[in-house]
Amino acid sequence: RGNTLAKYGGRHTVTVMPGDGIGPEMIGHIRTLMKYCNAPVNFEEVQMTSTPYDGDMEEVIYAIERNGVGIKGNIETKFDDPAFSSRNVELRRRLDLWANVLHCVTIPTVPSRHKDIDIVLIRENTEGEYSGLEHESIPGVVESIKIVTQDKIERVARFAYEYAVLNGRKKVTTVHKANIQKLGDGLFLQIAQEMAKEYPSIEFDQMIVDNACMQMVSRPQQFDVMLMPNLYGNIISNIACGLVGGPGLVSGMNMGDVHAVFEPGTRNTGTGLAGKDIANPTAFLRAGIDMLRYLGCHKHANVISDALWQTLTEQGIHTSDIGGSAKTSEVVEATLRNMERMLPRYQ
Amino acid sequence: MLTRHATRLTNGIRQASSDVRRVTLIPGDGIGPEISSAVVKIFEAAKAPIDWDPVDVTPVKGKDGKMRIPPRCIELMHQNKVGLKGPLATPIGKGHRSLNLAVRLEFDLYANVRPCRSLAGHKTLYDNVDVVTIRENTEGEYSGIEHEVSKGVMQSIKLITEKASRNIANYAFEYARSQGRKMVTAVHKANIMRMSDGLFLRMCREEAAKYPDIKFKEAYLDTVCLNMVQDPSQYDVLVMPNLYGDILSDLCAGLVGGLGVTPSGNIGKDAAVFESVHGTAPDIAGQDKANPTALLLSSVMMLRYMKLNDHARKIENACFEAISEGNCKTGDLGGTGTCTSFTNDIIARINNSD
Ligand SMILES: Nc1ncnc2c1ncn2[C@@H]1O[C@H](COP(=O)(O)OP(=O)(O)OP(=O)(O)O)[C@@H](O)[C@H]1O
Ligand SMILES: Nc1ncnc2c1ncn2[C@@H]1O[C@H](COP(=O)(O)OP(=O)(O)OP(=O)(O)O)[C@@H](O)[C@H]1O
Ligand SMILES: [Mg+2]
Ligand SMILES: [Mg+2]
Repeated sequence: RGNTLAKYGGRHTVTVMPGDGIGPEMIGHIRTLMKYCNAPVNFEEVQMTSTPYDGDMEEVIYAIERNGVGIKGNIETKFDDPAFSSRNVELRRRLDLWANVLHCVTIPTVPSRHKDIDIVLIRENTEGEYSGLEHESIPGVVESIKIVTQDKIERVARFAYEYAVLNGRKKVTTVHKANIQKLGDGLFLQIAQEMAKEYPSIEFDQMIVDNACMQMVSRPQQFDVMLMPNLYGNIISNIACGLVGGPGLVSGMNMGDVHAVFEPGTRNTGTGLAGKDIANPTAFLRAGIDMLRYLGCHKHANVISDALWQTLTEQGIHTSDIGGSAKTSEVVEATLRNMERMLPRYQ
Repeated sequence: MLTRHATRLTNGIRQASSDVRRVTLIPGDGIGPEISSAVVKIFEAAKAPIDWDPVDVTPVKGKDGKMRIPPRCIELMHQNKVGLKGPLATPIGKGHRSLNLAVRLEFDLYANVRPCRSLAGHKTLYDNVDVVTIRENTEGEYSGIEHEVSKGVMQSIKLITEKASRNIANYAFEYARSQGRKMVTAVHKANIMRMSDGLFLRMCREEAAKYPDIKFKEAYLDTVCLNMVQDPSQYDVLVMPNLYGDILSDLCAGLVGGLGVTPSGNIGKDAAVFESVHGTAPDIAGQDKANPTALLLSSVMMLRYMKLNDHARKIENACFEAISEGNCKTGDLGGTGTCTSFTNDIIARINNSD
């Protein structure tokens, strides 16, 4: 995938879509930290918000196709406006970003009811309930069609098992509702189960989605890697993020064959927090760190990651969503000071 | 609707408060008989004016050779209109309709109601949960309409109708009002399923307008999941389409300590079945280890549905006290008691309160 990345004069160019709500300020903080450690990244900013204008989606798609990589804030979906459909979904589908990956880990100083959570959530990101095929067959009766296809399930299942092997994981739990949706979820389960045979070092497990939710809140430590169709992935990811401390902490990766887009894991806009300097920047900063890793800039990723970890754990500088009183800018400032001290060691 | 319905029961079937009403009792399989007999004994002690019609629901072969629920059960339900049901071992894929489905269809039990509340004395990681999930129980993702459209491409249809959505929305507001609840949240994914969940949401809004005394909110399913595990106290009554209800009701049950302590009711316009939603627990069946709380709290819901509020309160208090203060709790609640000793503890508390 390296040769699809735009790189001029030793620097990468990445597409930035600030989005709505807290997106723009968060992107600003990411740029500050990256600049501070001289990460070899140029930002090409393109605008896409919930107020569409002609051709903005095309522009964003061209930019990501050109650069191979993007980082984004969430775009609010005006579900009351029938002419408006989710731009986030459209972007993922058109770029065929078929896997969504979240890593939920408890951070020692962040208040959470459960200890020692370490779950990787891998979600099919393009089809299923998100196919957008709906019609009103007779007045007052609406059909919504969920489509799943063998090829798309196979590629995401393959990704999950490969991920598990590469990252030294032990178990992949497939989440489904095959007792009710015997064909759709049945196919998902069957493919995951068949493929598991090719990975004898990885334990296969499966769970019905409602039970999986109950297990998540009772004993989340039992999960390692989870493989899920689109909607169940959305649900379980949000539970997992909630368990480790909320939407401000976890980043998410959207991966395709040739492109990748990074964003906060729970995909909120945080509109209520915008402009107040109170949102937790961790989720966005981690999205930036994920992106640096993807680009192979491991030193830069490590310095930001370690500095942020120090801010959150050793120094306990927390925004209000995780029980502190620090401003967003204070978290960023502290991280910069930590980077300043650490940088010489990372040269 | 709950109120209207219960009033009808009061005016129609019952003449005076001393009248005894009959309830169909399906003890169920595994631990079912033990926990059902616990409920029967407790009702006796509380002098609840209920006579039970126990019925076996082991499937029988019909004229067409298909296995189905014995007609006696359906008959009894037609007479009594109210049922209490223990867990059933549902053989998977054995080609007969599950009892749940049969009764649900026969009586159009369109609402599944599950109150989840933290129990003092049963410590879990969450001690501030008091939510009720109300789930549309007849359509949605459970339509069973699926096809293989071409090789390796499956299509499953979710069906949302104006009628069912309006019914469930209306039920949620009636429930909230009759139970003294303050807020109803409609849970949806209308950002993704714009037409189907959009229709559901529209019906909720229309009903909400008729209940100005109840606060109405809307929230994405994923946001509710995210918030529920962080701070469940921000929710009260939640109303939603079938699958979301299935998922959220189990999640909420998980918060308060699992299915062993959460009651459930399936409610229609003319009939209702209350049940424990845990399984048959074959591993402990017949050993006097089962916790009767879920079935007992389901029967308390039933009493409230039948407007026997005093009896409901008496039994519920005794049950909560036995859990928070008694030392006969069953093993699943961390105690060393048995089904029998726990039941006797509850009975003693009922007798003392008289
Ligand atoms: N970075 C953050 N730091 C702290 N809290 C956050 C952050 N992002 C989101 N939140 C909080 O999480 C909750 C849900 O976020 P938000 O309102 O953005 O999501 P939503 O309503 O589900 O969807 P949408 O993003 O479309 O508005 C809100 O209470 C918000 O304040
Ligand atoms: N009422 C109860 N009291 C005590 N323990 C219970 C109760 N219900 C379930 N359990 C415990 O929870 C576990 C899960 O049992 P449950 O019967 O729900 O699932 P199951 O074994 O899959 O049965 P089924 O196939 O009927 O669903 C059992 O090991 C049992 O010990
Ligand atoms: Mg919002
Ligand atoms: Mg369930």
